[in-house]
Amino acid sequence: MQQIINGKAYVLGDNIDTDQIIPAEYLSYNPADPKERKYFGMYANSGVPEAQAGLPHGQVKFVRTNEFRSDYNIIVGGKNFGCGSSREHAPLALAEAGVVAVIAEFYARIFYRNSINGGYLLPLESTQRLLEHIETGDELTIDLKAGTVTNNTKTKSFTLNPLGEVLPIIEAGGVFEYAKEVGMLK
Amino acid sequence: MPGMTITEKILAKHAGKATTAPGENVWVDVDILMTHDVCGPGTIGIFHERFGRQAKVWDRDRVVVIPDHYIFTADDKCHRNVQILRDFVKEQGLKYYYDPEFVTNHPGMPSPYKDPTKTSYKGVCHKALPEEGHVRPGEILLGTDSHTCTAGAFGQFATGIGNTDAAFTLGTGKTWLKVPPTMKFTFQGEIPPYLTAKDLILAVIGEIGVDGATYRTMYFSGDGIRSLTLEDRMTLTNMAIEAGGKNGVCDVDEKTLEYVRARSNVPAWEVFADDPDAAYNATYEWDLSTMEPLVAKPHSPDNRDTARNCRDVKLDRAYIGSCTGGKITDMIFAANILKGNKVRIPTYVVPGSTEVHRDMKRLNLRGVERQGNEKSIEDVLADAGCLLGPSGCAACLGGPSDTFGRLNEPLLCISTTNRNFPGRMGDKKAGVYLASPLTVAASALTGYVTDPREYVTTRIDTGLAGVA
Repeated sequence: MQQIINGKAYVLGDNIDTDQIIPAEYLSYNPADPKERKYFGMYANSGVPEAQAGLPHGQVKFVRTNEFRSDYNIIVGGKNFGCGSSREHAPLALAEAGVVAVIAEFYARIFYRNSINGGYLLPLESTQRLLEHIETGDELTIDLKAGTVTNNTKTKSFTLNPLGEVLPIIEAGGVFEYAKEVGMLK
Repeated sequence: MPGMTITEKILAKHAGKATTAPGENVWVDVDILMTHDVCGPGTIGIFHERFGRQAKVWDRDRVVVIPDHYIFTADDKCHRNVQILRDFVKEQGLKYYYDPEFVTNHPGMPSPYKDPTKTSYKGVCHKALPEEGHVRPGEILLGTDSHTCTAGAFGQFATGIGNTDAAFTLGTGKTWLKVPPTMKFTFQGEIPPYLTAKDLILAVIGEIGVDGATYRTMYFSGDGIRSLTLEDRMTLTNMAIEAGGKNGVCDVDEKTLEYVRARSNVPAWEVFADDPDAAYNATYEWDLSTMEPLVAKPHSPDNRDTARNCRDVKLDRAYIGSCTGGKITDMIFAANILKGNKVRIPTYVVPGSTEVHRDMKRLNLRGVERQGNEKSIEDVLADAGCLLGPSGCAACLGGPSDTFGRLNEPLLCISTTNRNFPGRMGDKKAGVYLASPLTVAASALTGYVTDPREYVTTRIDTGLAGVA
């Protein structure tokens, strides 16, 4: 597993539900079809109201019109990230758009589970609220070994909670790979 | 060690262990796996990719496929997705599949079923699962839908999962679960005529917040819960996810057993109850006689207020439907307020299942088989000026832009559904007030958020609706 992640932050608020991450109208695309799957990237975070899209100022498009990838590869959120619908299309959409990690205070459990079991992205927890310390567009460095995220733009560092018991699944690459490692699957 | 809760006992049994405690990770055997047209195609894709194109599901009698989300739409990808389910059901020889036979490869909007008793289509999965005998006390139900927790009303462990987890279970019959601690919510007294379970769950979510039960079980207890119909208990457990709950659960009583005995397609099951010394993560208590009709204001299910406080809020639309508020008893509650009156705002009605739709035609306002020229529930709603659509998830989750009742503009809607985060019912600038079917019906008559006590004085008897 990659220990250092560098990237650009896209900041969202509290209780970002999966309808905002990928609105229901796009769920008719089949994620199992590679030609359709990329559209989840195009519409990632398109349900977030403009005023909250890319804090602190809002009005920042996560993915530019008619593009499939975002300029931002790290999402910073507040409390209860990924609540609501169980749609796995949500972590998938973020991953398709190029997101490699989300940093939030804590997660709704199905989003957290889907992110890890599906191997889409790293759902990291900050030990403090970061919304006041990171702005959309700030350059971040995540150091998984040290358990920190550094805001290079503002030269400030923050601690992350250890991944703990889900680390073996993340290191394996998802629940299928993990189940093979522990002998659950052939 | 302390006693165990229903959830702990169910998970211990399915993990092959004598005991289990919160925080422990266990591999469990799954009894039923449910999927639908929105998450089924992705799940099937992962299943084939991981287990191989020739792989078979672990048990073809334990996989239940219920198309319900995007049925009445001209979006041809949605028709294609139903066909993916059909092909998989055929390939695997699955026993339980409820086909919307009117969805074909013809372009355009499918014509709805003419007669709800003459279609294999069932409507919303969470309502259809118990109706079709797939829900039993003591079992584990997983579904690719966050409202799978609804089935906890029948004393089982039921929770929503994603496509990867569902594909894993399809191939192995197993999943790993972290045993959740249980929060206990006790309701004392008998439910007054102006409240439904929707008011109770909005009170709970307003109290603990949309993250208040994250990773935990919500156990609903007390004589107030025993006084509820099974359908109203389903409204409680349905919305456990809106507080972040892993599952919601109610005790099993004679009402549960009678329903399950009549419906279950498996003869035996085990009933669990909390030990007297079971440990709870938190306890809350309400006295039903002191509670008021509530709403959750935009844009969060925990944005609680009384309906009374919101009486100056002018509405554009009302919506009665979904797994939360589209059951037959919900329709009876609404129809008793709407009878003989006219709605002031466009009011959309969507039966939660084709069985609900059947009963809207079959039953009178007291939930009894109608006689002679007596008006049906559907007649009463139509006479009041409601717009009636075919059963399905419809506008509860927005869906494709041609979905019946979808908020395609920044309108203000009062709804019996479950979730009101921005954009949930369509336009992300639209606002949704969540409320009971009584409050929604009263509000439809005035065009403003309205406390149903202005219309309801005596108990609305729902008879055997939703049971027999």
